[in-house]
Amino acid sequence: MAKIKIQKKDIWIDMTPMSDVMTLLLCFFMLTSTFLTPEPVQVTAPNSVSEVKIPEQDVLNILVTPEGRIYCGTENKNNMQAMLETMTDKFGIQLNANQIKHFREDAMVGAPMAQLGNYLNLDTEKMGEAIQKLGLPLDSINGGKSEFQEWVAAAREANPDIKLAIKCDSKTPYASIKKLMSELQDMSENRFQLITNLDVKRLND
Amino acid sequence: MAKKNLSKQKKMDTRVNFTPMVDMMMLLITFFMLCTTLAKPQAMQLTMPSNDDTKQMNEEDKQVTKASHTITLYLGANDKVWYVAGLPNYDDPSCVKPTSYGKDGIEKVLNEHTTEEGVNPVAKIKMAKKELDAKKNEYNSKMTDEQYQEALKKLKKGELPSGEKVPTMTVIIRPLNSATYENMVAALDEMLISNIDKYVIDNVDKMSDDDKALIEKAGVK
Repeated sequence: MAKIKIQKKDIWIDMTPMSDVMTLLLCFFMLTSTFLTPEPVQVTAPNSVSEVKIPEQDVLNILVTPEGRIYCGTENKNNMQAMLETMTDKFGIQLNANQIKHFREDAMVGAPMAQLGNYLNLDTEKMGEAIQKLGLPLDSINGGKSEFQEWVAAAREANPDIKLAIKCDSKTPYASIKKLMSELQDMSENRFQLITNLDVKRLND
Repeated sequence: MAKKNLSKQKKMDTRVNFTPMVDMMMLLITFFMLCTTLAKPQAMQLTMPSNDDTKQMNEEDKQVTKASHTITLYLGANDKVWYVAGLPNYDDPSCVKPTSYGKDGIEKVLNEHTTEEGVNPVAKIKMAKKELDAKKNEYNSKMTDEQYQEALKKLKKGELPSGEKVPTMTVIIRPLNSATYENMVAALDEMLISNIDKYVIDNVDKMSDDDKALIEKAGVK
């Protein structure tokens, strides 16, 4: 008789405390999280011992891939649109509402002005693929500013407090980054933040 | 009989099964954990001189450093690095010495560099900075961030807390076109580690012909 009683005992686990803990954790993650900004191309930043944090706002991210392709963009979508308007005015390009919508959805600019319209006509999925083969040109236009410089100038115009943060792949040849920095220096943008990963091992040495 | 049935219903278990909710929570947490950047990337502040030639430097802005207070670094391909202590001797390519990145390479070179005054400024400043850091991090430390920065600034100028004044080093970093971005950051990193305030990234294309000939002879590429 006694044995049967034990078997009948209900094995109900109270999940309420667990649920409480989970909710807490969930709230923590939701509040502290800043979402990863999608980057057109994955880059690995080099390590350094610098512990300076990059500011959260007013940053123009300049991305350089190992092949030397350049992309730039800022988190503030209104600034991005202002930049686009400055650029389209300058280059005499007309964009329709759908193209502007696509532009706002995109995290970074990477298409040369001549191909910008076609690029923004693509489907959202295809845009991700196409942008990997594009990049802002560094060649000067008729001896004047290059398209990249024009974008930086437009960003500066849209937000005078903007800071330049360069995220460059560690395997990028120095020649590419030298060209980029030299173009920035030409337009008196000579303060930049180089984005790096913290090298904890070296720091503790 | 009907009354009995009613009383049985009252005894019914009202506990809610939370297992599906917990499952869902787990999923959401995993999602947030994977999509967030907890470790914010660090940045390295770099200020380059302006290319604008119209802004001529005033004579008083120009600083002259003694030869023994200068080290030139050449960053080459395949993570190789060379250095010249002081003024290069253009007739003798052996003044360009190979070294490596990291603790036993550039850091050691800088640390052991002796100036014409017979002191090792980098090592002395580093020691003083260690003491300063210890003071800052010690339990119950009353040092504010501003005081710390102030003290650090003085150190970088070569003013030790003991009142001794040591010369400061100037480092010229010359990344060759064959170097990678990582090499440049590594070199800048060494400046941070060795508390060197005066460094410049020089364009190798604008180097003098003597320098070009020297590094070619020394096999820097």
